[in-house]
Amino acid sequence: MTGFRGATGAPGTTGTPGTTGTHLGMPAFPEAAREAVRDGVLRANLRHATHTIRDKRARAVAELADWDRLRAAGKAVKDHTLRHLDRYLLQLEAAVTAAGGTVHWAVDADEANRIVTELVRATGEREVVKVKSMATQEIGLNEALEAAGITAYETDLAELIVQLGHDRPSHILVPAIHRNRSEIRDLFRAEMGRWGRPAPDPLGDDPRELAEAARLHLREKFLRAKVAVSGANFMVAETGTIVVLESEGNGRMCLTLPETLISVVGIEKVVPTFRDLEIFLQTLPRSSTAERMNPYTTMWTGTTDGDGPSAFHLVLLDNGRTDTLADETGRQALRCIRCSACLNVCPVYERAGGHAYGSVYPGPIGAVLSPQLRGTASEIDASLPYASTLCGACYDVCPVAIDIPDILVHLRERVAQGGPATRDGIRVRIRPARRHTAERAAVRASRLLLDRPGALRAGERLLARARRLAPRRLPGPGRAWTDTRELPLLPAESFRDWWTRERGTSQ
Amino acid sequence: MTGKDRILARIRRAVTPPGGQAGTGTGADVPRDYLRVHGARTPDERVDLLAANLAEYRARVHRTDGDGLRDLLGRLLADAATVQLPPALGHRLPSEPSLTFVPDRAAQTPRELDRVDAVVTGCALAIAETGTIVLDGGPDQGRRRITLVPDHHICLVRVPDQVVDSVPEALPLLDPRRPLTWISGPSATSDIELERVEGVHGPRRLDVVLVGASDRGRRPGARER
Ligand code: SF4
Repeated sequence: MTGFRGATGAPGTTGTPGTTGTHLGMPAFPEAAREAVRDGVLRANLRHATHTIRDKRARAVAELADWDRLRAAGKAVKDHTLRHLDRYLLQLEAAVTAAGGTVHWAVDADEANRIVTELVRATGEREVVKVKSMATQEIGLNEALEAAGITAYETDLAELIVQLGHDRPSHILVPAIHRNRSEIRDLFRAEMGRWGRPAPDPLGDDPRELAEAARLHLREKFLRAKVAVSGANFMVAETGTIVVLESEGNGRMCLTLPETLISVVGIEKVVPTFRDLEIFLQTLPRSSTAERMNPYTTMWTGTTDGDGPSAFHLVLLDNGRTDTLADETGRQALRCIRCSACLNVCPVYERAGGHAYGSVYPGPIGAVLSPQLRGTASEIDASLPYASTLCGACYDVCPVAIDIPDILVHLRERVAQGGPATRDGIRVRIRPARRHTAERAAVRASRLLLDRPGALRAGERLLARARRLAPRRLPGPGRAWTDTRELPLLPAESFRDWWTRERGTSQ
Repeated sequence: MTGKDRILARIRRAVTPPGGQAGTGTGADVPRDYLRVHGARTPDERVDLLAANLAEYRARVHRTDGDGLRDLLGRLLADAATVQLPPALGHRLPSEPSLTFVPDRAAQTPRELDRVDAVVTGCALAIAETGTIVLDGGPDQGRRRITLVPDHHICLVRVPDQVVDSVPEALPLLDPRRPLTWISGPSATSDIELERVEGVHGPRRLDVVLVGASDRGRRPGARER
């Protein structure tokens, strides 16, 4: 398995080197439609993956007699931290600074992108290597860097596959699970040479051979990289220690070989003490890859003379998190450690695939996190709370006991009836969604693009134009898209179609 | 207002109940009734568990006493031409005339390191329950990159002294101010059709040598800092 999306993971679909302004990681309509034809394969792959990981996880968890207590402790640590987040962030800043690092604060995606771009520019470099990171994907960092003439290379194998394919990740943990080996071989053959060392010739489709091709291709980049960008799984307030869990070693390459390391991390990732890691280092690997421990965990505190990067920058990212914090029911979503266990047990995710969620965060956690980080103004966000059967399996597996069904119901109420919410730090009253019916919202996300391909194209054009200007945001309805640089992909099958078909065949 | 001020102000508004005061919790409310150790083990059983868990992750595990170490290393390094090692380990290495030893130096470039075949290091401690070795950049371990770029890592663990049972036992023995690398088996990926492949970017081969009785050293955590 590739690793731990909490930290890491920017699929950089939008920042693929050399992509044109109109390519935003979103296939044009006919392409998307063609992809939908492949659904059978996608769904079979997804089903296989989720069931395999699900069963392994259950075994890994059953090994620990105190799982419920670890889960309760993890929940309590996170809740406590969130209640005193201001204090712990200040403590973290002081500790990182004392250890030789520099801390930056970013209110939103634009600010974070600007900070990172300036930091890279200051090094004089035009290339960065990246550890996969959901936070950087959330803010569209690759695209922002590209606009500034800086190329970001994804180094996780799955992210590389996604990036080379101008594609989008479909799972937090195994982002390229929708691609099979022969597709990957064809991609490597066709694309690798354009970004660096070409694939060996001949190249077979054995996973071993393909991994070797990726190793050779990326090693060139690791050895010359001067700047790396990462996320993090945890930050320790007490010591200023940053923690990244991964499997392949690409994370270690990025975190230790370059001269400058820039980590972009959501403010909710802080924990109070070094000791608190004893909880999450037990629960995260088992929930995520179903291993007792992932192959590599890197912990660093500021900079160390003669070992690793000589400059370390930590960019603390808000981007909707404080708004989420203001909602007492919804705030528990900030406990998430991005293990992806909830995806693997979700019957809706299994059928719809990760692309259908129109966000970097797919599955049950995406259904509660995205509409909180972005607000429920857009159709996709208003519909996400309905992308669930409320079966509760996601809550049962969650290692920090996030009551996802509870938040879903809470957000449905907000969409349907309106109510208080916080946007950009200001308390507002959300009006009920216009012409809203629960059913309509539930199917809108999936039908949006089918119903309005013209709107999508217009949006793409506008966006392409806007990206050349400094603030890269669309006014009005397009805003939700550009806020995350993450356009909703045509889902494999709309929820309505799926519903009709499932009922039709099962009754 | 700076970004920092704005974020802190938003947090304070978000966590302060209407009309109320922000709390002053200490974290004492976190229940820590989870287990320190999963099961009772003798030192030998602890080492056996470490060996079993490492092997399950496809590390190759060897046991030797201090006297057998040279020969064992000689065999493990049979197909290597250049070996990198931290200075503190110099005396332990086999006297093969065919081997070129490369010291760990700050000035070494990543490209130079990439030409090294194998690396031998010690560790700070090892965790039995998870099959993990932890490196902290100590004098017998060197810089983080030397156990990453060469394709073959041989790690020496003093047993039973350096072996602890569990993650909760390990953390208090580690110094967060040092760069820490936790290693559980060789680099691996399952990104292509969930088929596990070793050695995408890190070393493809991880040999863990459990060095026994006659090589008794310091206890974990009792290292000089
Ligand atoms: S919500 Fe819970 S189960 Fe889902 S990814 Fe986050 S921590 Fe894991």
